[in-house]
Amino acid sequence: MTARAGRTIVEVRGLTKRFGGLVAVNDVSFDIRAGEILGLIGPNGSGKSTTMRLIMGVERPSAGTIRIEGEDVAGWAAHRIARRGVGLVFQHSRPLHRQTVIENIKLALLPDSLLQLVADPQVEARARLIADRVGLAGVAERSPNTLPFADLRKLELAKAIARDPRVVLIDEPFAGLARTETAAFSELIRGFRAEGRAVLLVDHNVKSVAALVDRVIAMYLGERVAEGTAEEVMRDPTVRRVYLGGAIETAARPESAFADATSLLQVKDISVFYGKAQALEGVSLHVHEGEFVSVVGLNGAGKTTLFNAISGLVPYAGEILWGGEALRGRSPANIARSGLVQCPETRELFGDMTVRENLDLGGHHLGQGEIADRLAWLFELFPILRDRQRQTAVTLSGGEQQMLAIARALMTRPKLLILDEPTLGLAPVVLEQLSKALERLRRTTSITILLGEQNVTFALPHADRVYVLEHARIVWEGEPARFAAEAGTGYL
Amino acid sequence: MCARAGSLGDGRPMPRLSVREMSFAAIIVVALAAALPFFVSDYVLGVLTPGFYIAVFAMAWDLLFGFANEVNFGPTFLIGLGAYAAGIIDNRLGWAIWLCVAAGTAAAVAGGLVLALPALRVRGPYFGLTTLVAVLILSNLIVVFADLTGGEIGLTVPDVISIDAHANYWIALGFMSASGAILFALSRSPMGLILQASGQDAVQAGALGFNVTKHKLAAFTISAFFSGLAGALYVFYLGAASVGTLVDVTVGVQVIIAAVLGGRRTILGAALGAIFLIGATEALRPLGELATLVVSAVALLIVLFFPNGLIALIARVGGRA
Repeated sequence: MTARAGRTIVEVRGLTKRFGGLVAVNDVSFDIRAGEILGLIGPNGSGKSTTMRLIMGVERPSAGTIRIEGEDVAGWAAHRIARRGVGLVFQHSRPLHRQTVIENIKLALLPDSLLQLVADPQVEARARLIADRVGLAGVAERSPNTLPFADLRKLELAKAIARDPRVVLIDEPFAGLARTETAAFSELIRGFRAEGRAVLLVDHNVKSVAALVDRVIAMYLGERVAEGTAEEVMRDPTVRRVYLGGAIETAARPESAFADATSLLQVKDISVFYGKAQALEGVSLHVHEGEFVSVVGLNGAGKTTLFNAISGLVPYAGEILWGGEALRGRSPANIARSGLVQCPETRELFGDMTVRENLDLGGHHLGQGEIADRLAWLFELFPILRDRQRQTAVTLSGGEQQMLAIARALMTRPKLLILDEPTLGLAPVVLEQLSKALERLRRTTSITILLGEQNVTFALPHADRVYVLEHARIVWEGEPARFAAEAGTGYL
Repeated sequence: MCARAGSLGDGRPMPRLSVREMSFAAIIVVALAAALPFFVSDYVLGVLTPGFYIAVFAMAWDLLFGFANEVNFGPTFLIGLGAYAAGIIDNRLGWAIWLCVAAGTAAAVAGGLVLALPALRVRGPYFGLTTLVAVLILSNLIVVFADLTGGEIGLTVPDVISIDAHANYWIALGFMSASGAILFALSRSPMGLILQASGQDAVQAGALGFNVTKHKLAAFTISAFFSGLAGALYVFYLGAASVGTLVDVTVGVQVIIAAVLGGRRTILGAALGAIFLIGATEALRPLGELATLVVSAVALLIVLFFPNGLIALIARVGGRA
């Protein structure tokens, strides 16, 4: 397929982006040719979205060049890069809700002028043509907030088409779309290729874009780790290690080892909607007392929604039983006090308070003696926090903040601890420390843990059982040792 | 993923009136207002005339808040610059009134640019805070340079446009109608559309090729132009300028309440809100100190229960009839 592709339009060389001490994109180089669809994939925090934002000019690169048809646009403002023929289809659409669909498309057709007080009459005709092409003609006069999610995504595509870009950057093209809608969307993207545009698709895994792309580049921790056709990249050993965890030792205990007659936590057939987008679809799972269960899924699969439903933070259809009792109707605070505690992905630390104050807040309902015991135990589990006691939480590194968040949750003496993506944005060496702490926690206490992760390397070693969540549904359940063989291909 | 500016009162979608319906309603209202001097006392005209100037303040403010999504806490910075510059020039140099007004307007635009250039670089609440500080600085300067500005006592302006209540009323009405027509047309033009997009999602507007800073700066300049012009004309109606009537933060708050009360992002609603606010305060004057409290309470209730303002309320009632 690559043979069809024409001359190079985008030429990225040595692209680097640092946010403070974090290197989000490290010396990345690639080309995109006319009439080519390039996939840029990588897990959360791999730097793929940052790379796309750097090309668009939403972020300024720290180093490197970005040539669009030979001209270096690195460091230019977004609107200037847009005028050079680069367009971005955003994942989250924020159309003007007081305007109709057609007016939203017309907006994208307007020149960047202060003096144009009356739109060119051709604008109307062109907007109609574009609406027709993406399949919005029937809803052209409607307000965007009356449209289904798929039509909103089409509106974003329409706005990109209106600028007639030579380079189209598309962020997670199929996120939130049903299968039938995906097909229509793919057809539109193929249309871009047929017209000779250079297309960059940014997504989490190869599988979601495999049918569409001519070539794939895989990123991990800011670096380019593989390049080739979709099949080649899926076979690449580094990619397999990143996504599937490679050869890992598991320490799973068989399910029969847990003696409780009814599971501590039972989630039965729950569904959650956010407006029009379905975030969970008939999800069921159970966790035994003392068990370590991992829910593995890519960003957007529904992990956080699942945990928020359990914690009473989002409404759901279905049933959640905690110690045999239904949780519906109980407040989040009440649920947390009953020992079901969540450590959210956003950490939610009190940044201006010291480490010690954060911990004391977690243990505020305990007696003085108990607090001291608990602190001593936590400092053994996370020795670094002992040295950092007087520091405010914002001054901690990402890994230390995560440890503090977990420690604070443990101060409340939970029966079941939910950890939502503790590895988000952490460096490999920190992952190691966190992993050891979890291992100690598992071996030395009887605590029950429900872990949500997209980093398989981190999620599998401690788990007794694993669920795979994909597009709002549980698609696999089993022992961690069988994961790579049975669920791996779906995950790449 | 995107840096989003705060959106205040961005509530449910309102039944949007078409340009034709809005213009038609506005023309009828203006025609009725123009006939008013033949039927009512000079007292009523004396209440409405300042209301019309405040209506322009509120419309100019709505262009920034409603469309560019920038909360300008200091509308009186621009108003005060226009008013004091015009007044001081008249007082000291004795130029013709129209020259003083032109100079006052120019001062407001220049001051607005000096403020907006750095202020628009900062995101989120800081733009608003910058504008608030600008008002405090301006009122301090007026007090410090008392021999030029009249300080706390106020500035006496030797000339007035007219001493005839009818003439003053028609000038104010004509000025408000013309300003409203221009601002409304701008808001519904392609420029207004780009401005709304820039206000709502600057990242996306940039990716569509729009220079967000340029459009916001233009909006600020236009807002400063009408605020300064209205401030300068208002001074020659009042015959005096003082911090308490033109610059104080409470005056600015009144302008803001008027705009929000009337209906955000409608321009014409802001004028309606201003006239309602002034009229209601005057009508309740027999209540004494309580009047302001009652008007504030009513304004609060409207903002809480009809976040789209008076104009949406009227549109809904009209749609039902």
